[in-house]
Amino acid sequence: MSNRRTALYDRHVALKARVVPFAGWDMPVQYAGIAAEHKAVRTAAGLFDVSHMARLSFGGPDALALLEKVFTNSVATMADGQVRYGLVCNESGGILDDVLVYRWPYGFAAVVNASNRAKILAWLEQHRAGLDVQLTDQTDDTTMVALQGPRSVEIVAGLFEADAAALKYYFAAPTRYQGKGCVVSRTGYTGEDGFEVMLPNALGPTLWDELLARGAAPCGLGARDTLRLEAAMPLYGHELTEQTDPIRAGLGWAVKLDKGDFVGRDALRSVSGPVRVGLELDGTRAAREGCPILSADAAPVGTVTSGSFAPWLGKSIAMGYVPRELAAVGTRLLVDARGTHLPAAVVPLPFYRRPRQEKS
Amino acid sequence: MTPTDRRYTTSHEWAKPDGDLVVVGITAFAVEQLTEPTFLELPPVGKELTAGAAFGVIESVKSTSDVNAPVAGVVAERNEVLVEDRAAGRKADLSAVNDDPFGRGWMLKLRPAAGASLDHLLTAEQYDAQLAAEGH
Repeated sequence: MSNRRTALYDRHVALKARVVPFAGWDMPVQYAGIAAEHKAVRTAAGLFDVSHMARLSFGGPDALALLEKVFTNSVATMADGQVRYGLVCNESGGILDDVLVYRWPYGFAAVVNASNRAKILAWLEQHRAGLDVQLTDQTDDTTMVALQGPRSVEIVAGLFEADAAALKYYFAAPTRYQGKGCVVSRTGYTGEDGFEVMLPNALGPTLWDELLARGAAPCGLGARDTLRLEAAMPLYGHELTEQTDPIRAGLGWAVKLDKGDFVGRDALRSVSGPVRVGLELDGTRAAREGCPILSADAAPVGTVTSGSFAPWLGKSIAMGYVPRELAAVGTRLLVDARGTHLPAAVVPLPFYRRPRQEKS
Repeated sequence: MTPTDRRYTTSHEWAKPDGDLVVVGITAFAVEQLTEPTFLELPPVGKELTAGAAFGVIESVKSTSDVNAPVAGVVAERNEVLVEDRAAGRKADLSAVNDDPFGRGWMLKLRPAAGASLDHLLTAEQYDAQLAAEGH
């Protein structure tokens, strides 16, 4: 079986991207280089093909009820055009996925991790029994790109019928691009201001070319990963798994225990176990996923879930899980990198926070 | 162009005779695969290395890889600019590996073990053929 390709695949090849298999897709991991792309997003603007992410739409009278049942955050309290982050958990509170839910006047949409598309579709299928919901998977018919960085607002000026700059953070608008319906959303996964755009496949390459011509740098999944790590955004399969829960993952703010019943609620009332922390290493050597975390006296206490040399911060950072009593900021720990014990300290998350924009 | 004045390993190291010593580094292809090295660990001078075994670690933003000794020998000299000297407060500068892997980016000079030779290693032509066969 061959991998799926996005509508932008030919663009990636033409730009000499290094293409790798990812969650069943052939995706660009880098163009000019991870560090250069990372810095472009922090200082100007970068453009990512994120069409592999699954895009689902929900219609029908019971769409809200279904989403409230499977989503840890509150959906009923969302305004039209609002976007909300939350988790889909199993009955034990284990994380099945982290997703964005969109509320429209006419229904809802969700963006789901590529690696969890089949699992979440099956989960929704199971939980919609008895409910009147039209569920559509729009992934294969649409393209999704993320334009991220401080120049994003200037770059999209005049591109869409709606004024993208008027969108508040975590709001989205159905609008038009070159006369065709699309969605522009002020969201992202880099820690910078920016937009995500979902549009018909036929217009994907046109928008991609136009955004590059306006000065965005093409960026791959490699920079996407280092950017989200600096911003301490968790990644499914790394910080988030069915063996972890949103509370221990530090995502309690996205769990509304008092919103009414939802799958996993009872389990999430009383969780215990290791919690997610940020680590800063003393040297520049990286802690990698799976490296054991040791106490200062070298006893194993946890595991690294993501780690890298952080291109913007210029230091080696990691996230991982350790017992709550070792999670306090300043706690000295060690990371076992293939036998070498790298000294590290627990630091506050996020590692990187974007500078406040001047109000104009 | 792959320099013809030295030999190569299948794991993308090079070895170049230099008088009694052998200079060791990694190839331009290895650097391209790594992209932007961020950390290098080298063994101390005097350390005995085994042919084909890892003598160090090189990291980039995305990956951690071993660097292997092309021949058996003892470390006679290190390219100190590539490694951090915490005592002297000097940070590692890996730009030479990135910009000039066949020249200024050399890593070690080895005094080869008795009887060690480079003859078993790939010629530039064979190394290029290997890259071509792997589809690069």
